[in-house]
Order: sequence, then C-alpha cells, then structure tokens
Amino acid sequence: MKWEVVVGIETHTQLSTASKIFSSASTAFGAVPNSHASAVDIALPGVLPVLNKGAVERAIRFGLAVGGTINRRSVFARKNYFYPDLPKGYQISQYEIPVVQGGSIAIVSPTRGAFRVALTRAHLEEDAGKSLHEAFDSPGGLGRGMTGIDFNRAGTPLLEIVSEPDLRSSEEAVAYAKTLHSLVKWIGICDGNMQEGSFRCDANVSVRLAGDAKLGTRCEIKNLNSFRFMQQAIEFEVRRQIELIEDGGTMVQETRLYDPDRNETRSMRSKEDAQDYRYFPDPDLPPLVIDGTWIEQVRAEMPELPESMAHRFVGDYGVPITDAVQLTASREIARYFESTVQAPVGVHLSGKTAANWILGEITARLNRDGIEIEQAPVRPHEFAQLLARFQDNTIAGSIAKAVLDRMWNSEIGGEADAIIAAKGLRQISDSGAIEKLVDDVLAANPAIVAEYQAGKAKAFNSLVGKAMAATKGKANPAQVNAILKRKLAG
Amino acid sequence: MALSVDDVQRAAHLARIEITAAEAFDVQNKLEGVFRLIERMRAVDTTGIVPMSHAQDVMLPLREDHMSESDPHKRDLYQRNAPAVEDGLYLVPKVIE
Repeated sequence: MKWEVVVGIETHTQLSTASKIFSSASTAFGAVPNSHASAVDIALPGVLPVLNKGAVERAIRFGLAVGGTINRRSVFARKNYFYPDLPKGYQISQYEIPVVQGGSIAIVSPTRGAFRVALTRAHLEEDAGKSLHEAFDSPGGLGRGMTGIDFNRAGTPLLEIVSEPDLRSSEEAVAYAKTLHSLVKWIGICDGNMQEGSFRCDANVSVRLAGDAKLGTRCEIKNLNSFRFMQQAIEFEVRRQIELIEDGGTMVQETRLYDPDRNETRSMRSKEDAQDYRYFPDPDLPPLVIDGTWIEQVRAEMPELPESMAHRFVGDYGVPITDAVQLTASREIARYFESTVQAPVGVHLSGKTAANWILGEITARLNRDGIEIEQAPVRPHEFAQLLARFQDNTIAGSIAKAVLDRMWNSEIGGEADAIIAAKGLRQISDSGAIEKLVDDVLAANPAIVAEYQAGKAKAFNSLVGKAMAATKGKANPAQVNAILKRKLAG
Repeated sequence: MALSVDDVQRAAHLARIEITAAEAFDVQNKLEGVFRLIERMRAVDTTGIVPMSHAQDVMLPLREDHMSESDPHKRDLYQRNAPAVEDGLYLVPKVIE
C-alpha cells in the first residue's frame, strides 16, 4: 500500500508591538512575574478592551504580503474555556470573519520543486498567561502542590496563520514553516524568536492511500518549538498512523503533544467533553473596520518582498533561482549580497560568483563563529574588493579563501589589496614564468609523466597539483593546465 | 428545537454552573421559552438584511501602540485580592498531575 502524507500548519505569530493587543501594558519578554499584567490583562471586573492599532497594521501587512483579502469588516469573538492562565474564562479571538482570508506562500519543496501553499486565514487574538507547574513543591512553601500563574504574556497580540492541508511530507512542512518564519521577520511583524515562543507551530497530520480524494482522520501535534522537532514529530506521527491503520486500527481525531526527549507524540489527556468553545461575537468589541486608505498607506510602506526580490536578483545579476531564494532568506543576507555587487570596485562583479561566495564561504564562517551576517567582520565593500581581485585574476580561488580568512581576522587592516600585497599572494600569470614552472615539474616527476603517457589520465591532475604546490597556489591554474597539456602533447 | 435535560446539564458543565437534577428541569423549561421566542423571530423575513454582530452600529475605536502602564506597585495592589500568591505569581490549585 502506498500512503500519502497530508499536513496543514497553524502558526501563532507574536506580533512585535510595544503594548498588548487590548491594554497598554508592555509586551517585553522575561520581566518580573505579573509586572506587565494590567487590570485588563488579569480581567478585573469592569474593564474594557481597547484594540491596538499597531496589531491591526501588522495583520494588514501580512495580508498584503501573502496576497490575501483584507476584510474591510472583521469581528472579534469570545472563545470560551476554563483554564487558570485565561482569567476572563474566554479568549478574545476572531472566528467567522477574520481580518485576513486566503493568500498563499511560495515554497520550494525538496521533492516537488517550487509551489504555492494556500492559506486559509489569518486572525488576530490575545495570548494566554503562563502556568508554572514545577516550582511550587518546596517543603514548607506557601504554595505546596499549587500551580503558579504569570499573566505577563496574557494579552500579547497574536496573528494565527492557518494553512490549507497542501503539504505532503515533513520536509515540505519544515520548508513552509521556515519560509513563513523568514517572511514575518522580513515584513517586521514578528521577531521570530522561537526560544521565547514568538513563533509557535502546530501541525495537523493525516495519512491516506495515494489517489484517495477524501482526507484521513487527522491529529493535531502541539509543542513544535523548533524546525527539527517539527520534522521529527511529523515523521513519528506518520509512522504511528500508518502502523495503526495497517494493523486494522481506527484513527481517532485528537490533540497530541510532541516529547522531544523521547522523540514521540502522545495523546494529551482526553477530555470528557469534545471541545466546544461556544464562540459568539464579543459584545465589548464592535466590528473592526479597515478602510481602503489605511490599506493603501500600509501598502506604500511595505518593503520589497523576498519573492519579487529573488526574481530581481535573477534578472539583474544573473543569479540562479535556487541561489536567489537562499539569498532572500533574510533581509540582512539580501542586503549583504546587493551591497557587495553594487560596491564601487572598478569592475562589474559577477552576481553568480558573489552569490556562490556568500552562500558558501561567508555562510560557512558565520556558522562556524555562530554569528549573523550583519555581524560579519568583513563588510560588503571589503568583500567586493576581494571578489574583484579574484575576478580579474590577481589571485586564484584558493588564495582568495585564505585572504578572506585574514580579512575575517582583521589582519593588516582587513583590506584585500593590502593583504595580497603584503603577503605576496598575487597570482602568477606571466606565461614565461609558468612555462618554466611546468618544465621544472615535468623534469622532476618523470614517473608521473610516464604514467600519463601510458594512458592514466588522472596523472595529469597530479602534475597540475605539483605545479600549484610549487607556487603555493599562486600560479594561474588555467594557464598551468593549458601549458602542461601542450607540453605533454608535444 | 427541543432541548433535552442532558443538553442542559452539558451546557451547565461547559459554563461551570452547578445545577441539581431538580433545577435542570426548571432551567430546561426557561430555556425552551427562549427557544420559542427565537422561533417566533425566525418567522420574520430578513431577506437582504446584513446580519449584525453587535447591538450598536458603531466602529471599533483603536488606540495607538503606546506602552503606558508600567507601575510596579500596581501588582501588589492587584494581588491583595488574590487568595494566594508566591514570588509574584498567582497560585491556583494544581491543574495537571
């Protein structure tokens, strides 16, 4: 039997406002418990919520970025349930008419290539507080066997973004989550900090026989606070569901929690009652009206989006599309690339080369040092100078990498030209000198020459290697190749 | 629409309202009265009328995104109402084992 995996993702994106969605308390993370919990956030009697314009503006920005419909009129509803970190007994959310409907996000699947994931909706809501279950068991402590509640997070604005079940593997789910993560950071609506819970994903996972039109029964997996966990959790869940069905079992729709320590999902305590949130329009909040003027103002302030920028990089700089997608993973990487290729270094830098070096050499050094590109010790105009020397054949590629290391460590002022001059790294392109070099190599290695002439093609590379080594990599490799080939033939 | 006693008990449970079996019949009767009222209203022709989500036809007022509540003394004031607090946290009966 051939099984098909079906995944949809719900993402809670914490919006980067200074104050909460319905109160003017701070949204800052990590404050002293309950110091950012206002009368509204702890639901004292008689308080009224007043909606934060900044949260709505960010929702509009998202709607525009994904090409969704911004509803001119949307409605806040009460989602009723009882839990101690929800002091009102309901969460203010949006139900029937969300602020954004539809839209899509372009992703690159490792198996199916580029396609668009359709979005169902994105709606505004408030976050709940935090329950601390562990800390109150100290002997003699007041709160023995109690749960502690911190309402600092209560009322933090969230945009819940719901995708259609368009994803067909754990890898595609991760590709979608990563693309969405970089998009919300790109348009400045969320800081994307997953450790602090600013970007939280739940995955709806089901399986069906390939070719079936009807979706299988799904499970919702919670607690996916990293991309790695998301992939592992979905893979586990898919295996579990297939085994269950193949063994003749029946899938039950339920919410499951991912446990990264055991790498498994398990059923959250089943509730006696099926979830019934009894949504109804919140009488405290009349409909949210967004007029066309506001939408156009937000549109005018939108940055160029990663997708269109990637296509521009292909058109303007001749970068392959796969590289362009990687270069637009963040605004910082994109800016680094564009500043590099536009730097006034006297030559027209190849965009393809710059992309290769940024995605290869620069990225490797950033990963090694655990820093972001905006902290790279080599700035774009300095890097451009190095690429120019590589491109005009002043230095070979291997030497350029060594020069980059010296620049990275700020040796000799960190300037490519100064380092090349001081260390005598200039490429040897004088054909007379290379002729002599090749003659020396041929004379010193008669055994390898004999092997080559006996038909062992690999021996040629060995001779090139000897020539490069003799000049510590400074000989122009193309010239060495050409001259060596000619001499061996002659 | 008929409302069973089980429906009443379920709705009461969801709302965390305690009602005895005897009270349930009384509540069932009252709620059925509400449903009869709704049935009568459904007879009104509302073709072409946009449903209202709010009793008043007003727009939601918005506030600028300014953080203006950061008085640390308020916490102590608020927590004076709480049955139990520790380390600045509100304490409640344990919610999970």
